[in-house]
Amino acid sequence: MNSLNWQPTASIDNLRRRAQLLADIRRFFAERNVMEVETPALSQATVTDEHLHCFSTEFIGPGAANGKILYLQTSPEYAMKRLLAAGSGAIYQLAKAYRNEEAGRFHNPEFTMLEWYRPGFDHFALMQELDELVQQLLHCGPATQITYQQAFIQHLGLDPLIADLSMLRNAAIQLGHGELAANENDCDTLLQLLFCDGVEPHIGAEAPCFVYDFPASQASLAKLNPEDPRVAQRFELYFKQLELANGFHELDDPTEQKARFERDNQKRIAAGRPPRPIDPYLLAALEAGLPPCAGVAVGVDRLMMLAMDAEQIKDVLSFSVDNA
Amino acid sequence: MAFYSTNEFKAGLKIMLDGEPCNVLENEYVKPGKGQAFNRVKIRKLISGKVLEKTFKSGDTVEGADVMDLEMAYLYNDGEFWHFMNNTSFEQLAADKAAVGDNAKWLAENDVVILTLWNGAPITVTPPNFVELEIVETDPGVKGDTAGTGGKPATLSTGAVVRVPLFVQQGEVIKVDTRSGEYVSRVQK
Repeated sequence: MNSLNWQPTASIDNLRRRAQLLADIRRFFAERNVMEVETPALSQATVTDEHLHCFSTEFIGPGAANGKILYLQTSPEYAMKRLLAAGSGAIYQLAKAYRNEEAGRFHNPEFTMLEWYRPGFDHFALMQELDELVQQLLHCGPATQITYQQAFIQHLGLDPLIADLSMLRNAAIQLGHGELAANENDCDTLLQLLFCDGVEPHIGAEAPCFVYDFPASQASLAKLNPEDPRVAQRFELYFKQLELANGFHELDDPTEQKARFERDNQKRIAAGRPPRPIDPYLLAALEAGLPPCAGVAVGVDRLMMLAMDAEQIKDVLSFSVDNA
Repeated sequence: MAFYSTNEFKAGLKIMLDGEPCNVLENEYVKPGKGQAFNRVKIRKLISGKVLEKTFKSGDTVEGADVMDLEMAYLYNDGEFWHFMNNTSFEQLAADKAAVGDNAKWLAENDVVILTLWNGAPITVTPPNFVELEIVETDPGVKGDTAGTGGKPATLSTGAVVRVPLFVQQGEVIKVDTRSGEYVSRVQK
């Protein structure tokens, strides 16, 4: 029995530093009058994202004698938007998020997410605030910024906003992904492959790097850029080959949001996956009015990895999925 | 033949790629937060020995390769084939030059080696990490040199040539690391 690996995957010293960083994050927001909130980990609806796989469980109890499916949140976004619509003002949350099918050097199916929303901010103002937080936590220099389009042109010599399927395939073939490219008919999948292999390794090496203005096809819950509707007001933050954050100038149009959820579900069906129930509470909150705001989700464990120079995510987790 | 999804990829799994059996060395999961997940897989092609990286979409499946490792004793070389025997079943197999390759120089009679079979036919022969072989030819060394500096070439009973310290003499048996081709020590007869 002694051979059973019961020990934590992180050293106690790393856990101590983790506690300090969590305290630093809370202080950062307390100083700025951003309210800490907690929202449910279990909810009746979930995300429709094509590439997010949720866990579900069954609630049996009063009002649910025959069982009711509840989903573990992939992020606290929908519940936090309902708080915003209810007049919460600026809020943040340190929450566990759960994503099925994700495990590896930089992924654990259960991880800690820092998510916050700033009414009155656009995505640029929020990028600035995130930059300040990251500088404080990691003692690094200020972040650089580049548009998604510029990043592709600079590192792959390809304009992602005009490239067609065959151009994307050719670029993937040049990176050595011939077989994958030949069988891939989805432009966004190829863009993501090219980004992972052809852009990410070349950005954010010295200082964190914001990539913004993602293609409208990858808008997710971001507003489209009114000056160039080919792109969405979405950003991501990269540092030392780690994707640290994803943020939006938040979409507040319930009709557009519903249409995007439905489009997601059509893609899911086309890919042979079951559609997901669309969250009626979120749509009702958007209907009632989401204050203009920007929001961002940060992978806290990855921040910890950078702060502690850790090789793998499990080095900063008390227990990884392998011995959870 | 079985098919394996990327979730089943781990070091040691044998899969088919470009018509060649391959050994999975590493499997790294890569996923943009909102995007398609990929597996960046490091693979060794078992026939050419080439190591390469290949990216799969997570969830894709690949045909498994019917590859197995067998412990067998080396018997003899008939000029064209190297013959091996399973010490338990006494079954014999012959491997050709392509399978034995450079490792022929480490094969001493009765040594137990690993034969890697693909669809029942040997594709590689892996000698033990350490072999003990007799020196059949080397120049007499300078007396008194025990530091092992410099060294001299020595031809072993199997034809392999390794550098040995000056004090090691013809007729002695030495231990050699087959992975590096380096002399390790003298062996008491």
